[in-house]
This record gives sequence, structure tokens and C-alpha cells, in this order.
Amino acid sequence: MKALGKYIIFMGKLFRNREPLKVYLSRMMDECIMVGNNSIMIVSIIAFFVGAVIVLQMDNALDSPFIPISIIGFAEREMVVLEFAPTVTAIILAGKVGSNIASELGTMRISEQIDALEVMGINSASYLVLPKIVAGIIMFPPLVIYSAFLSILGGYVLVMLTGLMSVADYFYGLRMEFDPFTVPFALIKAIVFGFIVTSISAFKGFYTKGGALEVGQSSTSAFNSSSILILVADLLLAKLLL
Amino acid sequence: MIQIENISKSFGDKDVLKNVSAKFEKGKTNMIIGASGTGKSVLLKCIVGLIQPDEGKVLFDGRDFYESNIDTQKQIRREVGMLFQGGALFDSKTVEENVRFPLDMLTNMSASEKKERVFFCLKRVGLENAADRKPAEISGGMQKRVGIARAIVMNSQYLFCDEPNSGLDPQTSLMIDNLIQEITHEYNLTTIVVSHDMNSVMEIGEYIMYIHQGHKVWEGNNKEILDAKSPELQEFLFANNLVRKFKEEKSR
Repeated sequence: MKALGKYIIFMGKLFRNREPLKVYLSRMMDECIMVGNNSIMIVSIIAFFVGAVIVLQMDNALDSPFIPISIIGFAEREMVVLEFAPTVTAIILAGKVGSNIASELGTMRISEQIDALEVMGINSASYLVLPKIVAGIIMFPPLVIYSAFLSILGGYVLVMLTGLMSVADYFYGLRMEFDPFTVPFALIKAIVFGFIVTSISAFKGFYTKGGALEVGQSSTSAFNSSSILILVADLLLAKLLL
Repeated sequence: MIQIENISKSFGDKDVLKNVSAKFEKGKTNMIIGASGTGKSVLLKCIVGLIQPDEGKVLFDGRDFYESNIDTQKQIRREVGMLFQGGALFDSKTVEENVRFPLDMLTNMSASEKKERVFFCLKRVGLENAADRKPAEISGGMQKRVGIARAIVMNSQYLFCDEPNSGLDPQTSLMIDNLIQEITHEYNLTTIVVSHDMNSVMEIGEYIMYIHQGHKVWEGNNKEILDAKSPELQEFLFANNLVRKFKEEKSR
């Protein structure tokens, strides 16, 4: 409860005595590159292979001749759009982006760089953290769309290379009983997860005390807390919106 | 001038500072000295507003920092420059960007004005040729000099230095000490230096306050300190062989 109270006060700090808007705009561009651009490679590799593996596993699991083979495409789409792309990508980003944020701010704290900002009369929390949170909220949705696209592409490439099923069946399955709301639902999840990953990691890093060991601990703690909160939020959003 | 009145600070059950009062005059190198863990860095952080004291006042030329509204506090902070123990330079920025940072954030100066001011300050600390280097590419002494340049770039009225000699060799320490004193006199700053380095104290201490277990035990200057009667201060001073020998020779 104490940590929750501290987190809420920390969030409040971001919006009190802010710096001029132009300061945030240039920093936000840098943070968008850090969150988005620098995560493309890892998201691409994982999304592509997971998409391919889902098709392979589904093919192994479906033995009954009464189930149409195109159901594999359907399952791929449902799993990827509803769960894998938003949730698993967010957990991957909690590991990459979140731990990066926590260790960056933790190092700034222990090397007195945050104190230096405070002495200058700059709201350090707002200056350092707000652009990261905004960048997370902006960049997570396109990364989720990209991740979903690459997963489906991974499945398509596997179908092409192995001949498990025809490409036509795969695409028929992908389009089968499509509920358009799943896409905005995935994007809503991406926005919420973007906020969770960046704000929790920044909170953990900003209040680091001690030395190099504690910076590492903050980074690990940021990943653990973000991952758990992502799963809790995933459950709540599914219950509320679906 | 900076005046502190009855500053007290506790962390949990531990009283770190107890009713500390002092006047730090303009144009002088004021020093807060004491053994490790006696509360001198906490006192400095209370003065600059990084730690709020439990009791007491901090007056910047009559302006009570903790009683002021947020705008006055911001204004006071814009008149403050601080050199941190480790330099506290921003790793991702070059030396020039580090020194320019307060100007970028807090002023509406044009790019050419900022460049002129930054290079003036870098030249003052002898680092105009290191402008394009990152903090990790320069030595500890150079980082301290960049920290001083950043501290004075806003035409600060108050300069705070937390252990400016830590981790430096004696020659570089002397250079940093002299630079701090020269800048203090040149710009008529109110400078407060926290240190436990007796060489610095003897070299630049125009006003010295000795803190022992959170209390102010003695105050004076570098000419008076060797004759101080306080047993705690004597114990602190004469733990240093050079100071002990100097005192013995002076007595003879």
C-alpha cells in the first residue's frame, strides 16, 4: 500500500510545475526512437517465430478429420491478435524497454544526475519520466500491430515452406468469423500496457537507493512488477471489454 | 550571503543535524568540514533544498527558501550552481551540451549567445578543447572542471561544492581548490564547500565551520584553525600527519 501511495504521488509530480512544452517535444522524439525503433528487431524475431510455431503446434494437435484444416489460420489470428501481439509483446518490451528505463534512471539517481536537475530548479520527475510514458503510449500500439502482422507472416511462411496446408486454407482461416472489435481491443491493451511498462519502470528506477547492485535490482524489480501488472490488466480488460 | 538558522534533521531515530546556525558571506570560500558521517553533506543538501530540514531556516540574501512559494524557490535555484562529488555530468551529452544544458532549459538565449557563454565558461576552466568529448572520455579532474563550468554558466550567485577533491590526486585537487577560490572572488559568489580534505581547508578556507556529530563545534578561518581549542576539532585536525608536523614546526 505504501508503494502504491508513493507511485500515485510520483505520478502527480509529473504534472506539477512542468517545464515548457518544447522541452518535452524534443525529448519525446528521442524516447519514441528508444522505445519503438530500438525494439523492432527483437519484436520482429520473436513475433515471426512464434507465429510460425503456433501454426506448427496447431497442426500437430489437430488429428481429427472432422475439423477443417483452415481452423489453424483462425486459431493463429485469434491467438495473435487477442493475446500474443498485445500481451506477450508487452512482456517482451517490459524486459527490453522497462529494464532500460529503470537502469537509466537508477544510474542517474545514484550518480546524482537527478539531484543536479533538481538543484537547477527543473522538475526532474516530469522532465525525465513524462516523455518516456508518452513515448510508451504512442509506440506500443504500432509495435503491437507490427508484431501481429509478423506473426501471421511467420505462419504464412511456414505454410508455404512445409506444405502443411494450402495457402488458400490458411487465408480462409485467417478471415473466418472475424470480429473487427478484436483489433481496437488489442490497441487499447497496447496503450494500457505501454503506460504500465514505462511508468512502473520509471518509478522503480527513479527511487533507486544505493549503488550498482541496487540499479540491477531496480531493473529486475521493474520487469517483475510490470509483467505481473500486465497480466492483471490483461485479465481485467478482457473481462470488461469482451 | 546565505544564513542558516537552527537547522535540525533526523532520519528515523537518528539525529543527523541539531540546531546548526551559520552565516556564509559573499565573496568568501566558506567551508563545512568534519569527519565522514557527521552530517555535513546532509547540511549542504538542506541548504540547496534537496533535503527538507525538520526545523530551521535557510535564507538566501534574506529570502527564506522553505517559506517561499514555488516561483521564488525556482528563482533561487536558478541563482545556484552546484558541483557534485562525482561531477554528476549527463553521460549521454558532450561536455559542451552539459555546460549548455541549464541555458537550454532555463533561458531564452539564442544559439549563438549560448555558444559564446558556454565557451567563455569552458575557457575559464581551461577546457575549451574538450567541448566535443563525452564525460566518460575525460579524467575525473576534467569532469570536476566541467561541473564548475556548468555551475557558473547561469551567472550563479551561490556556488556549492560537495567534496570537490574526492578521488583526485593532490596536484589536481590543488588546481580545483584554486579554481573554486578564484571564481568565488572573481564573480563575488557565496561559495560553500563541503570537505574533509585538510589541504583544501588550509588552502582556501576563508570561513570554516566544523561539524561533529551533527553539532556545530567550531567556526573561524584557516589562520585560526590550528590554534582552535576544541578537542574534537584537534583530534580531527591532527589525524593528518602533515597538519601535525606543520603545527609542531609552527610551535617551535
